[in-house]
Amino acid sequence: MIKTIIIDDEPLARSIIVEYLEPYNTIEIVAECNDGFEGLKAIHRHKPELIFLDIQMPKINGFEMLELVETPPSVIFTTAYDQFALQAFEAHAVDYLLKPFSKERFHKTIHQWIAQSKKLSRDEPIQPLLQAASKSPAQTERIVVKTAGKIKIIPVNEILFLEAADDYVSIYTKDGSFLKNKTLSHFEQILDGSHYVRIHRSYIVNVDQITRIEPYEKDNQVAITKSGKRLPISKTGHARLKHILGI
Amino acid sequence: MTFLACLITWIIVHVLILHSLKLQLQTAIWDSIISNCLLGAGCLLISNNLKYYLPKRQQFWYVLAFSLGITMLWLFMLNLIIMAWPAFTTDYTSFFLKSLPIRFAVGFIFIASIATTSVLWYAIEDQKESLRRKTETEKLAREAELYGLHQKLQPHFIFNSLNSISALAVSQPQKARQMIQQLSDFLRGILNKNENERILFSEELNHLQLYLEIEKVRFGHRLSSQIVSSETALQMTLPALLVQPIVENAIKFGLYDTTEAITISVSATDSDHMLTIKVQNPFDAETALHPQGTGFGLSSIHRRLQLLFGRSDLLQTLSEDGIFTTVLKIPQ
Repeated sequence: MIKTIIIDDEPLARSIIVEYLEPYNTIEIVAECNDGFEGLKAIHRHKPELIFLDIQMPKINGFEMLELVETPPSVIFTTAYDQFALQAFEAHAVDYLLKPFSKERFHKTIHQWIAQSKKLSRDEPIQPLLQAASKSPAQTERIVVKTAGKIKIIPVNEILFLEAADDYVSIYTKDGSFLKNKTLSHFEQILDGSHYVRIHRSYIVNVDQITRIEPYEKDNQVAITKSGKRLPISKTGHARLKHILGI
Repeated sequence: MTFLACLITWIIVHVLILHSLKLQLQTAIWDSIISNCLLGAGCLLISNNLKYYLPKRQQFWYVLAFSLGITMLWLFMLNLIIMAWPAFTTDYTSFFLKSLPIRFAVGFIFIASIATTSVLWYAIEDQKESLRRKTETEKLAREAELYGLHQKLQPHFIFNSLNSISALAVSQPQKARQMIQQLSDFLRGILNKNENERILFSEELNHLQLYLEIEKVRFGHRLSSQIVSSETALQMTLPALLVQPIVENAIKFGLYDTTEAITISVSATDSDHMLTIKVQNPFDAETALHPQGTGFGLSSIHRRLQLLFGRSDLLQTLSEDGIFTTVLKIPQ
């Protein structure tokens, strides 16, 4: 049996998928979820092979939920109207269903997915899509992270500074630090450049947090933050900082 | 560039003419260079002047008088220079004096034709510029209109409602039909209303109820609403389609910011000749990204109120104890 989960905040929208899936004896719906939080839990518990995922949902949207799944299953997106999502889908040729969708369209999608999933080396189309989606308006305003099994939503303006750590970035806020599997360059792109400066290969800092800049060894500088952290500043970083601060 | 080429050609032609009149080559060259460089300067002067100032009426007389003036100025200057120039013989100066009328005629023709060409040229440029500006404004207006229509129709709402109808069509056909009716009435309401026209609050409330009913079908048990209005408030008037975007904002804010069931409450009262409408929705204070609701539709309401009443204190928001309140006041 193929296990599947439907994640959509509208009960009627879920009921359509349930109805359309009826003729498939090989596909079993193991859970129906109202939002991304429930979705995450259900994915963790049931390890489905396929999920139907709405984009606009309470608290965290479909893209944000997917970012938090370590090994995402195959995804068929369902959305009514979201210009940004449509662009992202089309650019990455991911299968999506536009609400309201017909039974025929639905069957075509399922058949395609079954045919594709039989091949051993199935391409994983989710990663590039998530990268594109992370530039969506909602996701430049907040960052969703998972910490000790809980989900935390960080409004970007609460970020004190960011530190690169291997394939991850540590996000420092007043509530502590959180890991996110993104690059520092990604944050450099989405954060407001008039407040966040890349002062070093491994650091982006909120300029409002800097209390002073001190010389460090010869030629080098460190920024001291309000919380007393000392962050190294590179030469190009120093130039950028001076430009933003107007000194 | 063209101007310079013409000038040089004319200098050469001028030399040849003078030389053919038995004038020494060297003297002819000096004569030509001095007089034509001055002439060139005169042409540039008149052309530049016309670029910045051209009377709308009596253009012809203005250009004619101006050309005459410049020609006289040119000849006067030329005369001064030639007379003061030490290299010229008296034979030549008397020749020069005799040739003054013909020089005047040639100079005038040059300056007048440059002036006319300039006038035409600038007129064409002007026309091109105003045409470009016109198409630009038209384009902007069209885009604004499309954007406005888009905002009014709310594609996300419509397609999701249609999707709900599609689900109901099989399981509860009667309810599907009812929802089609409600959605149609709602859309008709939007299309028929002129945003600048004032309507009764009771009418706006009907429209609002349709909207809430449709949203309740979509979100099921998660959404409920409570509407309270005083009798006098129902008879008051307000500009069309003002309240629905506020309620829409409240629903989005409430439903997308919490995962629990929410109640949207709308209450209307009359106080000091003002219709006061209060819309409340719960929200999660910890994760709310829009404490002022600016990210959703409130800023456009604010702008509309400012345009309609010239006041910026008619829309107020307040977030307290997990309840977000929007207060709208309409002067009567």
